[in-house]
Amino acid sequence: MIETKTLPTSYVSQPGALKTSSGHTLRTDEMIINMGPQHPSTHGVLRLEIVVDGEIIVDVIPHIGYLHRCFEKHAEHMTNYQQVIPYCDRLDYCAAINEEHSYVLAVERLLKIEVPERVEYIRVIMAELQRIASHLIAVGTFGIDAGAFTPFLYAFHDRELILNLFEMTCGARLLYNYFWIGGLSHDIPPQFVDKAKEFCTYFKPRIKEFNDLLTFNEIFIKRTANVGVLPKDVAINWACSGPMLRGSGINWDLRRDDPYSVYHKLEWEPKVGKGEMGTVGDVFDRHIVRMREMEESVRIIEQALAAIPAGNVQAAIPKRIRPDAGEIYARTETPRGELGFYIISDGTGTPFRVKGRAPTFVNLSVLPEISRGAMIADLVLIAGSVDIVLGQVDR
Amino acid sequence: MTAEEIYNSLKTKFGDAILEAKLDALQPWISVDPAKTKEIALFLRDDQAMQFDYMMCLSGVDYNKDGKLGIVYHLFSMVHKHKIVLKAFCTKENPHIQSVSSVWGTANWHEREAFDMYGIIIDEHPDLRRILLPYDWEGHPLRKDYKVPEFYNGMKVPY
Amino acid sequence: MEAFQNLGFWGTLLVTVVLSALPLVFILLYALVTIYLEMKVAAHVQDRLAYMRTGWHGVLQPIADFIKLLQKEDIISVAADRKLFILAPYIVFIGTYGGYAAIPFSSIFIGANIDLGAFFIVAVSSLVVVGILMAGWASNNKWSIFGAVRSAAQMISYEVPTVLAMIVGVMITGSLNLQDVVKFQAGGIQDWVVFGGPLPLLQKLLISPFTIVTFLILFVASLAEVNRTPFDLPEAESELVQGFFTEYSGMRWALFYVAEYANMFLVSAVAVSFFLGGWGSPFGSALSGPIWGFFWFVMKGMVLIFLQIWLRWTLPRLRVDQLMYTSWKVLTPFLFVCILGVGLILVL
Repeated sequence: MIETKTLPTSYVSQPGALKTSSGHTLRTDEMIINMGPQHPSTHGVLRLEIVVDGEIIVDVIPHIGYLHRCFEKHAEHMTNYQQVIPYCDRLDYCAAINEEHSYVLAVERLLKIEVPERVEYIRVIMAELQRIASHLIAVGTFGIDAGAFTPFLYAFHDRELILNLFEMTCGARLLYNYFWIGGLSHDIPPQFVDKAKEFCTYFKPRIKEFNDLLTFNEIFIKRTANVGVLPKDVAINWACSGPMLRGSGINWDLRRDDPYSVYHKLEWEPKVGKGEMGTVGDVFDRHIVRMREMEESVRIIEQALAAIPAGNVQAAIPKRIRPDAGEIYARTETPRGELGFYIISDGTGTPFRVKGRAPTFVNLSVLPEISRGAMIADLVLIAGSVDIVLGQVDR
Repeated sequence: MTAEEIYNSLKTKFGDAILEAKLDALQPWISVDPAKTKEIALFLRDDQAMQFDYMMCLSGVDYNKDGKLGIVYHLFSMVHKHKIVLKAFCTKENPHIQSVSSVWGTANWHEREAFDMYGIIIDEHPDLRRILLPYDWEGHPLRKDYKVPEFYNGMKVPY
Repeated sequence: MEAFQNLGFWGTLLVTVVLSALPLVFILLYALVTIYLEMKVAAHVQDRLAYMRTGWHGVLQPIADFIKLLQKEDIISVAADRKLFILAPYIVFIGTYGGYAAIPFSSIFIGANIDLGAFFIVAVSSLVVVGILMAGWASNNKWSIFGAVRSAAQMISYEVPTVLAMIVGVMITGSLNLQDVVKFQAGGIQDWVVFGGPLPLLQKLLISPFTIVTFLILFVASLAEVNRTPFDLPEAESELVQGFFTEYSGMRWALFYVAEYANMFLVSAVAVSFFLGGWGSPFGSALSGPIWGFFWFVMKGMVLIFLQIWLRWTLPRLRVDQLMYTSWKVLTPFLFVCILGVGLILVL
């Protein structure tokens, strides 16, 4: 008979008990409610333990770890660095290319190899297409959180076209294994450039339609303005990144400020929240930053499509990936923020330590700070505006 | 500021708390006394010449050599745009490192993850519990000598 | 109803039962049609097609849904309050169905020709609030209670604009009896209360803005009465799957669903009777008569239902405090102004 251990009482919050998981003592008019792991609106398996006074939130304690898949332990047991790439895909399954880009960048810097220009341009195009696809999911599901069911389907209609482009190139729609260390797994097919240009021309008016339907709708503005305000100093102290940081008015984008690949050769600019409908750093600002970033991505893709040089995408792929002993931390701008990989190499072909610094893990930790005093309906919108993907939070 | 300047500045201010440094590596690092990380972090964040206000990453590491564990801090300054890496080492017999979560709020969850995966006990942390694994899990998985347990609460683990 | 006075006890009882079952039959048929309509309108708004395979373009789907719901397992959670849990859907349905007694379906058919028709409908539909609170409490689920309490607050608050809007109609037509109200507007589309009623031209022009605004407010308040988006926070899927009726499955859930649709038609019917001429034909005496009357009545009701469905799939939802704000600080003051305006114009 196996004995089950009793849980220490401070780790488990029992409804009606006097202390919550973080040590907060309940008053008699407060109630603990669980937005449990299974919930239509937490975008994955996330448990939010909410202490409420009526409808006003006193404290939120997120519990994560329901989707922990031991990415870091797996990486230490792979026979070579290349085999870790499919695992990186599965970190953030909504923006897989950007995950691969970050890891591949880190290993290439550790190996000190230069990839051909053609590879860099194609990587930028794929990364920006993936950014649009990921933002479409984010704003679509955000609409559902607010109660508007239709924009989600419009967003997915457009996302299908992007996934068709990916399928044309590497055969997969969602998890690609496309960026390889030193190059790409396949070159782009001959009809890719025309089809991508077609998509860009088609997509620009669709963003405007989406904005008319959802973003500038009076009810939506009332729901999102002045809600979940993230002040600048809190954002920097809690290391928020991506649309969360830019929504708070900080003009910071890793593609420009910590440059990698060929972003410095293309003309584009990061979009920053300006508090158009309410305070700077509220939920509306993050949403509008995502919408405007999609327009910028289209601009980047068009420029890159016009400038792809010729070359062999597999020229620089090393036969044996064996970096010298050393370590590196490299970061890129994914749709959700700054994804960093800290890789320690011990001179063999197997990574010694791979740590994935997930942007949503860090962005989610600021949720309690920005949602005290809001209402439960607002909490749903705030959690939606952080744009979490539990695969990346839990790794 | 270059890594040399940062190292010299820290050495003059904290003396013995700064242990070794490797300034010619790809990303230069400085190793500090694990019991004094908070002081050093406060100085790094608040000093006008340094202003490391953004902590990019905090990772636990198991060096697999004489039971050495460590935490690696990657710091960045949004103002001056320079980076530095700090390391704090400890051993498996005495796995204590001081918390920096009062300096950078983001360290809160990262340090919980280091505790969860490596068993490094973070002193003065406001809420040290496991974060990614269930709260009653035994063992610290990312250590190199970790053995997967046979049973967890009556369920067979390896299947 | 007057023709059946002399049939003796059993005769009268039989006739009463049959005639009061007629609206029930109407509700069930109408529910099937509306489920199909909702599904198809939602789909076409969302740039997709809904069911296309059961029958031609999915017309048999509502029947398939009905059969599926019939054979589902009846789950009542162990800690739930059994008696209240089972009773709640029936109370909600009774609250809605009772209102059908005073709705004039046609010139020859009205369940009960009471002089206080409108007042009776408002009073009986308040039973729905009791049923919803019962459902939320008996589910033994914190989220259901949240949804139920919000719904109760919402329905009670929005009864005020509903009643005030009806008062405007009463002032113009002079009666609370819905049959009389509809007969007052017989004479074609220009006699409908929403365009000012059968009054001299000058008074009509002055009154029309007030009556149009009142009709729109009545429509909005009726959306809130039936918990439809943009006022569907009590059943918000973002907070919990279905709010106060999360724990219900199978036929009990179907009963709530039918009750919601019946309520939709009830409030539409009241709006139609007061403002859009009820069973009167828009062409005056052409195309009118008892059967035509029924046809016009159902058509006008379905137009309003279509509008409700269209709005549901287009707009986001309002938060609870914004909802209350809208009712008490926006709709009610507007209606006071309208009542004042209509009253002055009628008197002068």
